[in-house]
Parts: sequence; structure tokens; C-alpha cells
Amino acid sequence: MPLAIDLQGVSFAYPGGPPVLSDVNLRIESGEFVTIAGPNGGGKTTLLRIILGLEAPQRGRALLFGEPAESFAERFRIGYLAQRTVLGIDAPATVREVVSAGRVARRGVVRPFGGRDREVIGAAIERVGLTELAGRPIQRLSGGQQQRAYIAKALAGEPDLVILDEPTAGVDVDAQEAFAALLGELHRELGATIVYVSHEFGAIERFVERVILVRGTILFDGPPADLPAPWHDPSHVHL
Amino acid sequence: MSIFDADFMRLAFATGAVVGVLAPAVGFFLVQRRMSLIGDGIGHAAFAGVAAGYLFDVSPVAAALVAAVSAAVGVEWLRGRYGTAGDQALALIFYTGIAAGVVMISAAGALNANLFTFLFGSILTVTGSDFALIASLGAVGLALLALFYRALVAVSLDAEGARVTGLPVTWLNVLLAAMAGVTVAVSMRIVGILLIAALMVLPVIAAGRLAGSIRSTIGLSMAIGLVSVLVGLTISYYADLAPGGAIVLLAAAFTVASVTAAELRRG
Repeated sequence: MPLAIDLQGVSFAYPGGPPVLSDVNLRIESGEFVTIAGPNGGGKTTLLRIILGLEAPQRGRALLFGEPAESFAERFRIGYLAQRTVLGIDAPATVREVVSAGRVARRGVVRPFGGRDREVIGAAIERVGLTELAGRPIQRLSGGQQQRAYIAKALAGEPDLVILDEPTAGVDVDAQEAFAALLGELHRELGATIVYVSHEFGAIERFVERVILVRGTILFDGPPADLPAPWHDPSHVHL
Repeated sequence: MSIFDADFMRLAFATGAVVGVLAPAVGFFLVQRRMSLIGDGIGHAAFAGVAAGYLFDVSPVAAALVAAVSAAVGVEWLRGRYGTAGDQALALIFYTGIAAGVVMISAAGALNANLFTFLFGSILTVTGSDFALIASLGAVGLALLALFYRALVAVSLDAEGARVTGLPVTWLNVLLAAMAGVTVAVSMRIVGILLIAALMVLPVIAAGRLAGSIRSTIGLSMAIGLVSVLVGLTISYYADLAPGGAIVLLAAAFTVASVTAAELRRG
């Protein structure tokens, strides 16, 4: 089975700017649960955009499931949860409507949902414990409940790779703990590759198999227990 | 004499019904994407189309349709390509549109009361061929919305997530822009170029305060749009008013009432 993510000697700079990433090599196997963290401005957002094929590296190659990330044809295999602050619309949207939106790419743009689609959507909502609230507008839920709904949205596409970008920004500590535990549980049950990107390791560190620390390049890549003590808080990373 | 005895009123009501449901349905997606005022800009371009129709002696509605859809798609292309800088390009397109319209309408010697019917709507001027064109385009517009409904919702909820998972976000944006252009051209006979954007936006704001889901917001906004148009046309018939103003004032009243009701409910 090809690697889920394979970055080979990736370097990147925005036009006219200093290098953001230099010679990054990163291999993430299918089924792994990893977290990528780094201080603000350390290049993790750029790294994520390269992984997703939204930016092309000036040097090196970025592969998703063995294909160039930029032209990866089976994008419906990706479940993506963006930063919480960029999600949402003004109109009331029920949990079921939000989760259903995560199924559209897998089903196809114009094909109507069938029984199997509704089943998967219902199962995703149940898996995050929101069945009772499925008909309620997401705007009326707590921050933690909203995060679970967005996770269900990512799961509704039955993804092989789930990527979460700062998913708990603005969520209280208890909700962050619960969210990390939920991801750990989902990883055990579903076996999907999960990549959790954040400016801090936080609660997720207890559930992942591997932590990756980025600041311009990869400073550390290994099990959480081997991470040097000061680097558990990535804002303390100095080269 | 009944309001429906005259042919022109039957045509006005039939056309108004199409406009009343189509404008808020398209407007819903524009409002969610923070593009509430794009209808105004497209109206400017539609005005240039109407003027070209007068100058070159072709159907003003058909000419406005071409101008509105071209402008809407052009705007979306600029937004996608230049981001916030696209805002300045929008200003260029829209003001060029209205200036070109004024020049062409002057050259055609049509700077007269007839022009006012396009600017503020009229219940007297909808022809049978206008209605045939408007009804066909309205039906196609609603069918496209139904077909692409889930994908448009997905893009409205999270455009970046939709792009990452492979939805054709750029094409869906162009489709929505084209539908906005069609809606403006279809609606200008009844509501008027200067007021059509209001019918795309106000019913959506009103419905959003009362409904509990995306689907019910769209359905309720279409109902508010339809009632505003039909009651507005009736008022304009009996009071001899320009229908655009009456329709939009009703939609505004619905909006104020629903916002007030929502505030009271919240306590």
C-alpha cells in the first residue's frame, strides 16, 4: 500500500520572500495518527497546503497516496476540518445539513443521495454522539459540540485520510480534552490516517503515535515520549 | 373590473411569480457568501444591456441578459483571480456598465419615461414574449439550483474544505454568478434594475431569522419573495405606483418584522 503522505526534499518560499520550508522529508503511513505542531510562522500551514496540493513546492515532490498532490484525482478520500473560525454561514444550518455537506464530494456533485448515503451520514452523527441534536441548528450548539459536528462532516465522506487544521482554536480546555479523546477513539475504530495540525501539542499528544515538530524544516519526528521536554510547548522552540 | 381582467396584469402576475421565487433562491447563496450587493452591480451592467437593446433595436431583455450574465461571470473570474484587489476591478466593470448605458441610451434618443420602466419596474410593459423568455429562464434557473443544491451548500459552508475534497468550487461559483445575472435580467421588467438586488437579499434575511435550517430558510425566503411580489403588484395596480418600490418596501417590512420577532423571542 502506498504511503498516505510522502514529502521528498520539499522546499518552498512565497514569491520574493525568505524560505518557509527547506528540505522537508516526511513519510506518513496509511493508518497512522500523527500531530504536526510548530510555533506560529514556522511553516506548518504552508506544509499543510503543500500536503493538500494547494501549493506546489519549488523543490522536491509531494505525493498523496502515491500520486502528485496537486493533481491527486481521488480528493473525495480526504476528510478536511479547517480552522473553526472559518466555518459556518449566517443562515441556520442543522447538524444533519452540515454533516451531509461532507458527503457531496464522495457522492458526486449532482447525484442525489441514496439510502446508503443517508445511512453513512446518520452513522457519522451517531459516532460523535449528536444524534439527539441532529435537527438543531449548529449555531445553537456549544463550541465542543460544533467541533464534533464538523468531525462528523469529515467522516461522512468515509475518508482514508483525515486532516484537521487547528481544529480546537477557541474551544475551552475541557472540550479540547474530549475532542482529543474522540479522535483517539475514531482512529482505533476506523483505522483512517489522521493528521492533526496545531500550534501546540496539547491534549492530543496522549493519543497520537508520532509527533512532528516543524520550524522551517522538521526538527523532531518520533514518539511523543522522545520529544525533548522544552519542546512540548512549540512556542519555546528556538534554533 | 377585476385585477385579472386585463391581459397585462395576468402577464405581470405570472412573471412576478417567477421572479418572486427565483430571486431569493439565488440570493440565498449570495448572502451566505457575503456577496449581498453583487446584484446591484450586475444591475448596472444590465442597464448597459437595455441601452444597447434600444440603440441596436434588439430585445432589451435579451440584451440585458447577455450583459448581466457576462458581467456576473466576469466579476467572479476577477474575484477568483485577484481576491480583494478584485473589488477595484468590480468597481471598474460596474461603473463602466452604467456609464456605457447612459451614453448608449442618449445616442438612441431613449432618455425618456420608457427607460424608467426598466429602472423601477412596470406592470404595463411585460409582453407575451418577455414572459415566455422569463418563465423559461426561471424554470432553468430553479432546476439548476435543485440539481446543484447540495454542492452549493457545501461550498457555502466551507469553500476551502470543498476545494480540498475535490468539489469544482470555481465552476460552482461561476454557475452561481451566471444565475445571479439571469435573475437580474429576468426580474428587471417587474422590480426594476435599481431594486432587483433587494429582492435577492431582503427575503433571505427575513427568513433566516425565523427558520431553523438551510432548507426551510430557502423555502421561507421564496414564500416571502412571492408574497412581496404578488401583493406589491396588487398595490401598485390599485394605487398607480411603480411596482418595484411597492414590492421592495413590502420585503423590507417583512425583514423588519422578522428581525423584531427574533429579538423578542430571544428575550
